[in-house]
Amino acid sequence: MEYLYSVLETLLPFSWVKFDFMKNAFLAVLLLTPLFSIIGTMVVENKLAFFSDALGHSALTGIAVGMLLGIAETTLATVLFAIVFAWLLNMIRRTRAVAGDTVISVFSSTAVALGLVLLSSQGNFTKYSTYLIGDILTIRPQEVGMLLAVFIIVIPLYLAGYNRLLAMTVNMSLARTRQIPVRFLESIFIIMIAVAVTVSIKWVGILLVNSLLILPGAAARNLARNMKEYHLWALCFALASGFSGLILSYYYSFATGPAIVLVNAAFFFLTHLVKNKIRR
Amino acid sequence: MNKHHTSGTCRTTISNLGVTLGKNVILYEIDFTLNCGELTALIGRNGAGKTTLLKALLGEYPHTGTVTFHTPEGKQRKLRIGYVPQQINTEHNSPVTVYDLFAAFLSARPVFFGKKKYLARTIAAQLALFGVEEHLDSRLCDLSGGELQRVMLALAVFPVPELLILDEPASGIDRNGLVILFQQLAQLKKDRDITILLVSHDLPLVREHADQVILLDKTIIAKGTPDEVLNSQAFRDTFTYFAQSEVH
Repeated sequence: MEYLYSVLETLLPFSWVKFDFMKNAFLAVLLLTPLFSIIGTMVVENKLAFFSDALGHSALTGIAVGMLLGIAETTLATVLFAIVFAWLLNMIRRTRAVAGDTVISVFSSTAVALGLVLLSSQGNFTKYSTYLIGDILTIRPQEVGMLLAVFIIVIPLYLAGYNRLLAMTVNMSLARTRQIPVRFLESIFIIMIAVAVTVSIKWVGILLVNSLLILPGAAARNLARNMKEYHLWALCFALASGFSGLILSYYYSFATGPAIVLVNAAFFFLTHLVKNKIRR
Repeated sequence: MNKHHTSGTCRTTISNLGVTLGKNVILYEIDFTLNCGELTALIGRNGAGKTTLLKALLGEYPHTGTVTFHTPEGKQRKLRIGYVPQQINTEHNSPVTVYDLFAAFLSARPVFFGKKKYLARTIAAQLALFGVEEHLDSRLCDLSGGELQRVMLALAVFPVPELLILDEPASGIDRNGLVILFQQLAQLKKDRDITILLVSHDLPLVREHADQVILLDKTIIAKGTPDEVLNSQAFRDTFTYFAQSEVH
């Protein structure tokens, strides 16, 4: 880590690099934003924005369950709970007995309410309010390491399954006729979203985690003429908003997560205004 | 793209097929044979089970009965199906291009890594067979209904399947586009010896191009050449009722 710090200090001649917490946050942004933007493009294409939002909300119950069971490291409990939650939700969504957005809303509200009831029953809910907005500036080196591990596992899996996931996005039945194991891949993808969202909750917050998934892809869609451009733009917007949000929050002392999201949102609105001119 | 069979004697046989979803019997006692190089049109009122039958053949719905494919040599083997869905997810602003679509099905290299020249050439050649090669780099959401249908057809027959299934190709296409589509299907069955099964509401085109017509209403109520079925009492009963119910 010390070596990495000295590399950062050499490469980035800014006053904020002096602080270890800023270096840690910088590394976390370097891992989180590409991961979220790349997976996010598929979430946007699959119209799963509401679904991933519900996954973020389920984290609240995950944290509460972790507390009750006495699991000191709540991230593990949260991740496990989110995987179960995502799997269940997807199973019910598939049966199409209830409209997709309705069932997602029911699950999401239940998870939030259950989480709040369980956490408030402990008597000191304010302790957990940090999970709502997150704080990337408190991330520790070993937690950056955990993000790196998630990145190293998720990205190759995603790349390996990407084309088949895209084929499924176009038409499920068509994908099936091409011997694509749609159920299996759908489950893996949903677990991927669940893991990415929940490991980041502590740093970006339940309220904003979905924005990191959706906004870069949404802005990129305004400009992209094909899938390559879509991913390049999403990656650029995610990294640019991640770093500028981090630095803005340092100089103006406001929360980092919301700053990142606001820059991302600005990219969306700007690209929306110029999309017809650029695409021609 | 080569013919996969030189003679027209291969066939797909559907025997005693039935579909029950929950407590509802959607289809029962469906028996018919599809010969290679022939176009069979599936007609019937709304809710007659046409799409369900296609989905059962695609393996999406569990069904009773059997679906078997025999080669010209009389050997039984697994059926390769090409499918043109009724609708695809082409949301406004979606950046998926025709190249991206084909590459997603034909290659393992993530499509967002960019275009591969040899693959682009192969895809363009396949699109050229259906007159849509200029759309290689077009986004799917920018194509007209007819163009999209031809792109999907080009994909469905690459690689060449034994059975090509099209679900209501008329949706979102103007009459001119539909005429072109039927001409291309006629060419396909002639050149490639493919069996084609489609759901269609365009009876004049069905009369002109179909070799066999199946009138469905939970089971087969008429089957034969277009003339036989379109002049049958069952057809008159179905479509007179259908026309009346449309008016009221």
